[in-house]
Amino acid sequence: MTMVDLKLHVNGKDVETAADPRESLLEVLRGRLGLMGVKEGCGVGECGACNVLVDGLPVDSCLTLAVWADGKCVRTIEGEARPGGELSPTQRAYVEAGAVQCGFCTPGLVMTTSAFLERNQHRLNEITREEIKRAHAGHLCRCTGYEMIVEAVEQALGREVKGAGECRPAPSLAEKHLTNERR
Amino acid sequence: MTTIGISPNRLDAAAKVSGKARYTEDLPMAGLRHAVIVRSPIAHGLVKSIDIRPALDFPGVEAVFTYEDVPEALYPTAGHPYNLLAERRDVADRRLLTSHVRHFGDEVAVVVARDVLTAAKGARLVKAEYEEMPALLDRESALAPGAALIHEHAPGNVLRHTVSEHGGSVDELLKKADLVVEGRYKTPMVQHCHMETAVSYAYMDDEDHIVVVSSTQIPQIARRVVGQALGLPWSRIRVIKPYLGGGFGNKQDVLLEPMVAFLTWKLGGVPVQIALTREECFTSTRTRHQFDGEAKLALTRDGVFTAFDLKVWSRTGAYASHGHSIAAAAGSKSPYLYPRAALRYDAVTYYANVPSAGAMRGYGQPQVTFIMDCLVEEAAQALAMDPLELRLKNVARSGDVSPYNNQTIYAAGIYEALTRGSELIDWRRKREFYKNQTGPIRRGLGVACCSYGSNTYPAAVELAGARLILNQDGRVTLAVGATEIGQGADTAMAQLASHALDVPLESFHVVTNQDTDHTPFDTGAYASRQCYTSSSAIAAAAREFAGKILDLAALLSGVPRDAMRLKDGNIVGSDGEHVVFTLAELALQSYYHLDHGAPIVAEAAHKTRLNPPVYCCTFVEVEVDMPLCRVAVKEAWNIHDSGRIINPKLASGQVHGGMGMGLGWALYEEMLLDEKGRVLNDNLLDYKMPAIMDLPDLDCAFVEIIDPTNPYGIRALGEPPLVTPAPAVRNAVWHATGVKVDEIPITPKTLFRYLEKAGL
Amino acid sequence: MFDLRELRRARSVAEAVQLLADHPEARLIAGGTDVLVKLRHFDGQFRHLVDIHNLPEIKFARLEGDRLMVGAGLTFAETIDSPLVKEYIPVLGEACATVAGPQIRNMGTVGGNIANGAVSADTAAPMLVLEPELLVSGPEGRRHLSIHGFHTGPGQVALKRGEVLFGFSFDLKKLAGLGACYYKYAMRSAMDIATIGCAAGVKMEGGVIKEARLALTVAAPTPIRCPGAEAAALGRPLNDETMKNILAALEGDIKPRTSWRATREFRVRIIKALAERMMRAAAERAAGRVQP
Repeated sequence: MTMVDLKLHVNGKDVETAADPRESLLEVLRGRLGLMGVKEGCGVGECGACNVLVDGLPVDSCLTLAVWADGKCVRTIEGEARPGGELSPTQRAYVEAGAVQCGFCTPGLVMTTSAFLERNQHRLNEITREEIKRAHAGHLCRCTGYEMIVEAVEQALGREVKGAGECRPAPSLAEKHLTNERR
Repeated sequence: MTTIGISPNRLDAAAKVSGKARYTEDLPMAGLRHAVIVRSPIAHGLVKSIDIRPALDFPGVEAVFTYEDVPEALYPTAGHPYNLLAERRDVADRRLLTSHVRHFGDEVAVVVARDVLTAAKGARLVKAEYEEMPALLDRESALAPGAALIHEHAPGNVLRHTVSEHGGSVDELLKKADLVVEGRYKTPMVQHCHMETAVSYAYMDDEDHIVVVSSTQIPQIARRVVGQALGLPWSRIRVIKPYLGGGFGNKQDVLLEPMVAFLTWKLGGVPVQIALTREECFTSTRTRHQFDGEAKLALTRDGVFTAFDLKVWSRTGAYASHGHSIAAAAGSKSPYLYPRAALRYDAVTYYANVPSAGAMRGYGQPQVTFIMDCLVEEAAQALAMDPLELRLKNVARSGDVSPYNNQTIYAAGIYEALTRGSELIDWRRKREFYKNQTGPIRRGLGVACCSYGSNTYPAAVELAGARLILNQDGRVTLAVGATEIGQGADTAMAQLASHALDVPLESFHVVTNQDTDHTPFDTGAYASRQCYTSSSAIAAAAREFAGKILDLAALLSGVPRDAMRLKDGNIVGSDGEHVVFTLAELALQSYYHLDHGAPIVAEAAHKTRLNPPVYCCTFVEVEVDMPLCRVAVKEAWNIHDSGRIINPKLASGQVHGGMGMGLGWALYEEMLLDEKGRVLNDNLLDYKMPAIMDLPDLDCAFVEIIDPTNPYGIRALGEPPLVTPAPAVRNAVWHATGVKVDEIPITPKTLFRYLEKAGL
Repeated sequence: MFDLRELRRARSVAEAVQLLADHPEARLIAGGTDVLVKLRHFDGQFRHLVDIHNLPEIKFARLEGDRLMVGAGLTFAETIDSPLVKEYIPVLGEACATVAGPQIRNMGTVGGNIANGAVSADTAAPMLVLEPELLVSGPEGRRHLSIHGFHTGPGQVALKRGEVLFGFSFDLKKLAGLGACYYKYAMRSAMDIATIGCAAGVKMEGGVIKEARLALTVAAPTPIRCPGAEAAALGRPLNDETMKNILAALEGDIKPRTSWRATREFRVRIIKALAERMMRAAAERAAGRVQP
């Protein structure tokens, strides 16, 4: 199809790019703008890995035609850190809470958390765990069981979190029974 | 200062939360071509004719290959180390493309084009005609006398049948028993659902070598298998593993690497990529083996187990992949749980015209544990005994001897884990409280426990390598062959090295991308083996590394070597205070001193010959909505005995992830086929892996029983967390409803059948 | 890249109607969460598109006299957030909140959810209970359609080729005193499609049911109302006996089928359980007293 010119405001900067109208926003962000933090996990809006913010709202960029983003503000994970590269409070919370494992779903989730916190700026104290889960329900993660993702959001809210499971030393057969592994 | 038992953040967390971490598809090469595989729309049959002309004529298509164009040689795909004994090698039953299609989604041709859409459209233009054969989908049809052969080398479609018996004569014990309980159980075919689909690309940058960049757990094995598939010397293949978006065993298989290597080889070295769609991941990568089991448990009237008699049928699907190793591994890891009872284990692995099963987190143990644990629950019911008490009475204690190999179990923490878990979930009070409910909403408590191994020895060689390099600025580069696949191995390895050297964790850089040309040899990420097997290599490399540092420090300072040591990143004198050199000072000397020293590098490889068991248990509380046939887990605890925990935060993350996957297996997930073998739910909408609202808050704890056989006291952890949630849920549903469900997943549709039968 | 041939942007409903008339092979795309999935799977019916994504003209929620007008172009999220929807037809917002996940709800539209004819559409059951008129624009001008009979078969609706569903008009007088609620029964708590959807609307007066509306999705080839069950409820107190009669009559209203997603028998059990719960919940909302 005939290429079209898109004007986007991406991560705080005006960007112009030619695009094929058949392209998804995901494809333009990755393929034309080099924003590789946007991930594709399913291509049909079922996993949330490709989530970016368009005019502040989380959307699956795989199910968004790039032409629909013309003239809009797009925020990807690359635009999440503070100028100079300092991690945002959401990013720091994900790091500290242990919410990151393989990391493939992480960019999309971080963007949802970030939008969720911004939208609820006026009522952060009222946010419940249930509400956190609801707001992040558009993301699949296979590594974490979601536990530490919820904790990351709570941590970003400045709340105390459960953290790691307790480690209790227990008595064992004394080490005297054994020498070290034969080498 | 020790860095073990503390929870520093993951080394790669910042890269991942900022989008900097580059996965295979994030490393595009100029000129990259895309290939799409032409897949069979039927589960079993022969290609009668294939017409590639329309695809070749399609603008943008650059090449099409069919089964007629690929090497004849059969190759294996399982991510196991090579075996010197031919009879113990993996079954080689696959060609790059085939004219005998064995499952829905099997691979008959491949189309290469300038972009993915063109390749996909080209693939749709390849016209293959099939002569259909009966689709043998289940045990009954695949093992029926006279059934069509799925592979010529497997008469009766049996890949392998083995029987083992340990700890006494099971027939005798069954005869002598006060009580024998029995049951039949079934577990489903499920899929790994790593968020990054399977993706690989390959190119050539000289005349001889094929470079494969791949989302793989096993770069060294992939290298060897590509060599085998293409008939090339193994050293002509180079496999690079970038950041990896989850594997869970699916990428412990050689999936796309031989094909992309073949394509670049045929096309003069141009880079060619295959990125599977999510749908293709379901139909055409690997799955978990569906198991059927028939089992008996013999016991005394006091509740002492005397013998387990297990017979299992493991469905490996269209190709062997890990084949019988799955069933066999479970047979070898299970005797550690109730070592004072005998165990007979009769396992059949059979081919069927369904997507191939391979390795998946737990590697057979979830299936066999489900069977054993269901039986134990039957026994508790039959004896009217508290199920927790029955388990406590029979589980392994430190000092027991495994009937499997007659070796002493030096550290067995399952008794302690069960005890701790029962306190955490308030077992006794709640079990009593939830007795005999009748309303529409009912609650119940369940427990289940299992044993696991720390690696694969002696089934396969256990080899790990580690290299330490002192950089000019005093920072230490750690390269291991063990692959970081999201589980946090790099961070744990750095903690082990930091502990061994007494150099701060911040001084380490871990090479996260394995490259078979550059990183030390290791067979990969599987069997929960990484920390256990790499730890000895790291300890050995650290000893050598520290020795070289102290040698040079002694030479340059005149202080006797034995009067110095490393402390907190400095070379200090015997008082432990006086800094002779900082590491940075010594590092500069090692490189640039005109006369003395050399860059300090130490490398060690270690073959592990020990495989101590680990243990875990799950406690759950469920709520069952009877009219809606729905089970909700309200509370879930996993308690693990994995020896010393290197990083409790990372370990907890592993446990939560396993619990989530285990609860998915228990309640949500199954791959569904129609009567012709087509996959009905090959997408993340119809395949119900749990989303965030489907899982309860997940809790865990560790009882740390130090394993004296390891330099750090550690054992394995990665896979066991998913093993026990399913039987715990099943037992809890029984407690809540009085209805015994002998299959998973206990979806509303499953529970409906059982409730209706019970008139509820 | 999607396997598209033509994408023509309409800047108004009138232009969309014109483009559809000029290009009879073309289909509409609004939120895109349904059409783009089909295109991704090479569904040839959607290669020519007329694009009304985010069209301001059909993004409204406003009162016109006794009627609440809701634009077909409102996304699910916009519908959930609409103060007018919250005040007058909260059940519609509640149903929208059960659709897929947040990202899809920021894209998919209420109009698309009805116009694509999906038998599992989450807004279909509450719409059947709320009984709006459907505002349609076509080559022959504008017309109003009843929600009853709009769904004509699986994936099929009463729109003629070239027509655009641009809004819904709710008669607030008729909705006064109606308590309504919706339950989506699915295998997952989010990111799923309904196995059964059930909406009920009840008006109570003097301890008896003055009006009953019960709607189901995936209980028949199209979303349905349940006239038998409703008749059994009328003029009765909502007690166990009435409920028994409602559920007995319900069997004649439904035609669930067995598919790989669920068996007929399973669906019947769920339908009955949901019908009971939703009738009771709707009655409570109607501030009627449930008799013991």
